[in-house]
Amino acid sequence: MTSLRLLLASILLCGFAYTAGILGFARKLVPERASGSLVLDARGKPIGSRLLAQSFSSARYFHPRPSACDFNARAAAGSNLSPAHPKLAERAADLIARHAASPARPIPADLVTASGSGLDPDITTEAALYQAERVARARGLDPGLVRKAVEDVHRPLMGRFGGPRLVNVLELNLALDRISR
Amino acid sequence: MKSRSSLLDPHLLKGALVPSLRKLDPRNQWGNPVMFTVYLGAIVCTALLLRSAGLFEIQLVAWLWFTVLFANFAEALAESRGKAQADALRSMRVTTPARKYEDGAERPVAAADLRPGDLVVCEAGDAIPADGEIVEGIASVDESAITGESAPVIRESGGDRSAVTGGTRVLSDRILIRVTCEPGKSFLDRMIALVEGGERQKTPNERALGVLLVSLTLVFLLVTFSLPAFTGFLIRQGLGGSSPDLGSLVALLVCLIPTTIGGLVSAIGISGIDRLTRHNVLATSGRAVEAAGDVDVLLLDKTGTITLGNRQASEFIPAPGVTPLELAEAAQLASLADGTPEGRSIVVLAKQLFDLRARELAEPHARFVPFTAETRMSGVDLDSPDGKRSIRKGAAEAVKRHVEFHGGTVPAEVARDVDRIAGQGGTPLVVIDGSRVMGSIFLKDIVKGGIRERFAKLREMGIRTVMITGDNPRTAAAIAAEAGVDDFMAEATPEDKMRRIRKEQEAGHLVAMTGDGTNDAPALAQADVGVAMNTGTQAAREAGNMVDLDSDPTKLIDIVEIGKQLLMTRGALTTFSLANDVAKYFAILPALFAGIGAVSGKGPLAALDVMDLHSPQSAILSAVIFNALIIVALIPLALKGVDYRPMNAAALLRRNLLIYGLGGVVVPFPCIKLIDLSLGALHLV
Amino acid sequence: MNTLSLALVFVATVAVLSWPLGRWLHWTLQPASEDSPAERLLRLVLGSGCARPGGWRNYVIALLVFNAGMAAISWLVLTWQHHLPLNPDGMGPVKPSLVFHTVVSFVTNTNLQHYSGEATFSHLSQLTLMWLQFTSAASGIAAFAALARGLSGNRNFGNFHRDTARILILFLIPLAVVWALAFSLAGVPMTLEGSASATTLEGAVQTIARGPVAAFLAIKQLGTNGGGFFGPNSTHPFENPGALANFMSLVAIPLIPMACVWTFGRILGRPSHARVVSAVMFAFLALKIVATVVPESSPASALKELPVIQSANLEGKELRLGATTGPLWAVLTTSTSNGSVGAMHGSLNPLSLLGPFAGLWLNSTFGGAGVGMINFFLFMILAVFVAGLMVGRTPEYLGRKVEAREMTLAAAAFLVHPFLILGGTALFCATSMGEATIANPGARGFSEILYEFSSAASNNGSGLEGLSDNTDAWNIATAIVMLLGRYLPIILPLAIAGSLAAKQPVALSSGTLRTDTPTFGLMVFAVILFLGALTFFPAALLGPVLEHLSL
Repeated sequence: MTSLRLLLASILLCGFAYTAGILGFARKLVPERASGSLVLDARGKPIGSRLLAQSFSSARYFHPRPSACDFNARAAAGSNLSPAHPKLAERAADLIARHAASPARPIPADLVTASGSGLDPDITTEAALYQAERVARARGLDPGLVRKAVEDVHRPLMGRFGGPRLVNVLELNLALDRISR
Repeated sequence: MKSRSSLLDPHLLKGALVPSLRKLDPRNQWGNPVMFTVYLGAIVCTALLLRSAGLFEIQLVAWLWFTVLFANFAEALAESRGKAQADALRSMRVTTPARKYEDGAERPVAAADLRPGDLVVCEAGDAIPADGEIVEGIASVDESAITGESAPVIRESGGDRSAVTGGTRVLSDRILIRVTCEPGKSFLDRMIALVEGGERQKTPNERALGVLLVSLTLVFLLVTFSLPAFTGFLIRQGLGGSSPDLGSLVALLVCLIPTTIGGLVSAIGISGIDRLTRHNVLATSGRAVEAAGDVDVLLLDKTGTITLGNRQASEFIPAPGVTPLELAEAAQLASLADGTPEGRSIVVLAKQLFDLRARELAEPHARFVPFTAETRMSGVDLDSPDGKRSIRKGAAEAVKRHVEFHGGTVPAEVARDVDRIAGQGGTPLVVIDGSRVMGSIFLKDIVKGGIRERFAKLREMGIRTVMITGDNPRTAAAIAAEAGVDDFMAEATPEDKMRRIRKEQEAGHLVAMTGDGTNDAPALAQADVGVAMNTGTQAAREAGNMVDLDSDPTKLIDIVEIGKQLLMTRGALTTFSLANDVAKYFAILPALFAGIGAVSGKGPLAALDVMDLHSPQSAILSAVIFNALIIVALIPLALKGVDYRPMNAAALLRRNLLIYGLGGVVVPFPCIKLIDLSLGALHLV
Repeated sequence: MNTLSLALVFVATVAVLSWPLGRWLHWTLQPASEDSPAERLLRLVLGSGCARPGGWRNYVIALLVFNAGMAAISWLVLTWQHHLPLNPDGMGPVKPSLVFHTVVSFVTNTNLQHYSGEATFSHLSQLTLMWLQFTSAASGIAAFAALARGLSGNRNFGNFHRDTARILILFLIPLAVVWALAFSLAGVPMTLEGSASATTLEGAVQTIARGPVAAFLAIKQLGTNGGGFFGPNSTHPFENPGALANFMSLVAIPLIPMACVWTFGRILGRPSHARVVSAVMFAFLALKIVATVVPESSPASALKELPVIQSANLEGKELRLGATTGPLWAVLTTSTSNGSVGAMHGSLNPLSLLGPFAGLWLNSTFGGAGVGMINFFLFMILAVFVAGLMVGRTPEYLGRKVEAREMTLAAAAFLVHPFLILGGTALFCATSMGEATIANPGARGFSEILYEFSSAASNNGSGLEGLSDNTDAWNIATAIVMLLGRYLPIILPLAIAGSLAAKQPVALSSGTLRTDTPTFGLMVFAVILFLGALTFFPAALLGPVLEHLSL
């Protein structure tokens, strides 16, 4: 009997009261983050989430890291391949070809390795700059302008505490679209 | 009983060979699950010989059987030492007819027919037919058969020295004995059973250790027999190589399970009891030996344990107006006929200090007054030309009463001296000449040499010593301080002892004590380790869980050390056994896995062959041989016990961890390598 | 400062935080007054049954009944989720073996997931699983409290219902609120809405799954649960949006297990013993961290020949979490039976797997909330047994003799873990149940199977996730392993404590093996290291070591 009462009490407390409290707090204080940090277009339609990578394959855009789940935000996944698995090399070879990398112009590792979630929204500044020339050419922009766009967007890993600088690909591409327009 | 045979007496070694073969009986093996596993493994591998019998397989089988035999041998050797003693004891059983005393007449009956309550007569030259108590008479008895002590002992009716043991021999006089034990249950029978190990049951700690060893065996069974599934999987995944065969798996299993401790555990237990026996202490159970290791409070009788049995005169302290010489002379005269050690020491002291030679006192002039319980004084009455003298010495209280009865007084100075002597742990005697108080004699308790250091060591081991004495508190305190005991009980009665034991036990202490009197029996039974003196009464010997044949109360300390040594040996060999597994893994696993993942030649896991062994077969064989030989190599350690030094627990643990833990990891590497080299050199692989 | 020292400094920081938390937990478990208003309220809500003290048997029975109730309720919700509310994305029915597995997994505090949350369960189901994360963690801590009470010599092991209620109300929920709020501020979604549909810049449609993640995440990390809201667990940007959330998560993972050690010392009244236990656990943790962070800094071997600039192995890792997060997280999560991941373990370098494997195999440094300390207690029983003998005493722990009965129980509990792991792995290696489901060939495939069983047996929940583990065989086998791996190591140690508590305590002397000295710490360290190594060395050779040496 006591067990039953405890079960019910814990459902009320942990299931309802706790959830409702956190829900109320988040909706009140951080409504935008609470609903998934969505990025909206001019008409208020979602373009994506600032936190999630989305697919970019056109030369006009900076490309994110490869995704093992093809950027599916309803079934995120990593490759779970061993770092020795030949498939890793195959995938890397494809990307090396797409980015026209060569021993003279080696490619940063983040552009050929998939993240654990498949939705990593960032690339390293090096990986962004690596693509700057291609993007500039495709858009007919001055490479310096594109590089400056990268530097405007990138921020240190740990914010004020520093760390390596990363670029949110979606933000960068949005900025780029604004520049081009 | 004092067998002086060396540890590895060739005669005993030979004697242990046949029993170790006889122990191959599966019923015998079943009792030891670790060795039973090896036994089964050996049988399986022997059966496998039918399929293929190369040099490697034959050697492997041989060494597996050797492993079993070595363990049997260790046990047989430990037992054989007891057997030899048991045989000697058995030869002492009385076969001549006993002289049963009934209705005032003697009748010869077989010793085996005597029942408790029967009376028997023994005269000089007779063997005492059964355990019993003297009801009449006094005799000197030769107990060397049991104690190894050649000097005869006096046994007399009444008091604490009335017990006699069947199998001992009366040397003089005639005694009437009441039989106290059932046939077949005599002290001698119990001793035979004990030393033979026939009644040996696993002790609580042995059972607990057994559980640990079984669980380790199960773990390693699991580890070993999951391997073919693992390697099979990898092989199907195209990594090449081959799954280990059954023989190699058995070899791995035998090397991993704790065979070293498993093979030696019963030898350790038997030899623990055996070591006690060598110290002339008989334990009624292995449990008592273990308990001895845990003892942390020792109740020690002052007399005989802490001090020499006898007090000695050390100082003459004259009363005012008496010269030291006068006092010494009076004291000497009063003690001339006093045969007690105290009396003799007074004569000796008088001679040392004043060169007073013992004078011949002619009988008509001198009449000796012996000590009586009533006067509590002794002395001499002299008829000298100067007149009659009546010289007495005695306890201060008695003398005071005597003097005051005759109208005199004891000078205050003497009373102070008496107090001072008592305060310093001595026993004061006061000497009077007529009603004149001459002064006092300082009778000193002599603390045994080296006992203080011994107690200090005990303290370091965490053992508290409590001195038990009938002395008054001040005297007791002084002796306690001199001997360095932790606590004392003065004016202690047997009931006090009992209460003290209970109190200590309630506080979580384990108590050991010695005792000999009948009134000690309850306390001996209550104590966790109760050592009865062999000279004591039958009741005391029945109550204790050990009997000290030498009747040496100091032995208690040895007993504790032997108990600790027994437990330490188990712990050390368990640690050693497990630590050895590291090297065996590094020998066998690379051999088993060498082919897996190999592109050409040796596979990647061959890199783990840190010992660079000759070949996979040689590696497996070397590990198995090492595993078997280490049992033999450690037999002396198991029988002798690990080296024990009194120190605190943390230091002891660090030391043993270093020797048997780290040593156990390191030692097998060179040994296995050496065996591997030898196998190669002999072309055995 | 390099990444390694950063990791160690981080651990030291959490250790400092755990100290006051240990006091707090002690206050929760051992209230000074039996008759405070809170206690009266508790009796009003739960009935007088929560005030009845009892022995270890009563405690175990109450725990099992309560856990069975948890399983029954959650089984109903998960099975009928398509008919129940809070299902905005219209999740359908789930196959029975997966429901069974999931229920067992969350009730046993394992949270091994053979599904992707965002593609399988409705919000109501997810919230039910969140409730289980609270109650299963509370059950583990309660069992630990009972054990500590028994070892302190108290024959009253306490009352399970009262303990659980107090742990939930006074300890877990307040902590979870703090973490959940911080997570929402850090960007973790917290909504009951369904997926959002986005049209990407290139015109594709991306459906973005959402849910009450922040609340879920807080207890997942604090209660050594580790069950993710999303499939890829804490590598998912919604479960781990950036540095702040990552830091909060990493702190939360070892916090309660560390605090439990201090609480252990307080309940026993032997703080110095707790310090020694803690020191041993920290030593193991530090070793595992070094053993994982160092090899993980070498790049992915498949890319070595290609024109790629590699400073570390980035496969399966999130850039926003930093390169060290993966291996550090891997060690913390496996050391504490948490099981959430900050990088895909399936893509760690082979040698880096040894640290996480060691965490799963030892499962006691620090181990799960409450239960880690219980497992460590088992190792201590084995250690005092051997060490006690080596100092010439029959063994004792905290003044009570360890004899055949205690050894039998300890040995049985000790056997459970290797039996489940090696036996299970052998079974799946020998049959197609394992071989058909591996994602990587060869030694890595073997590691996947071994890891799955190790994770299930240690109630961890992480995995080398390439494994296609949502099969009936895997679901049922690992569910059984989780049940045995959870309840036997709770019941048997409590039985030992019951047996010890009934004994007359032995007085302390300098001949006693003290449990609060560095020497004892060394002994326990050696015992854990040896028993662990001897049991799992061959498996480690055939998995990670073989793969590493084949590179």
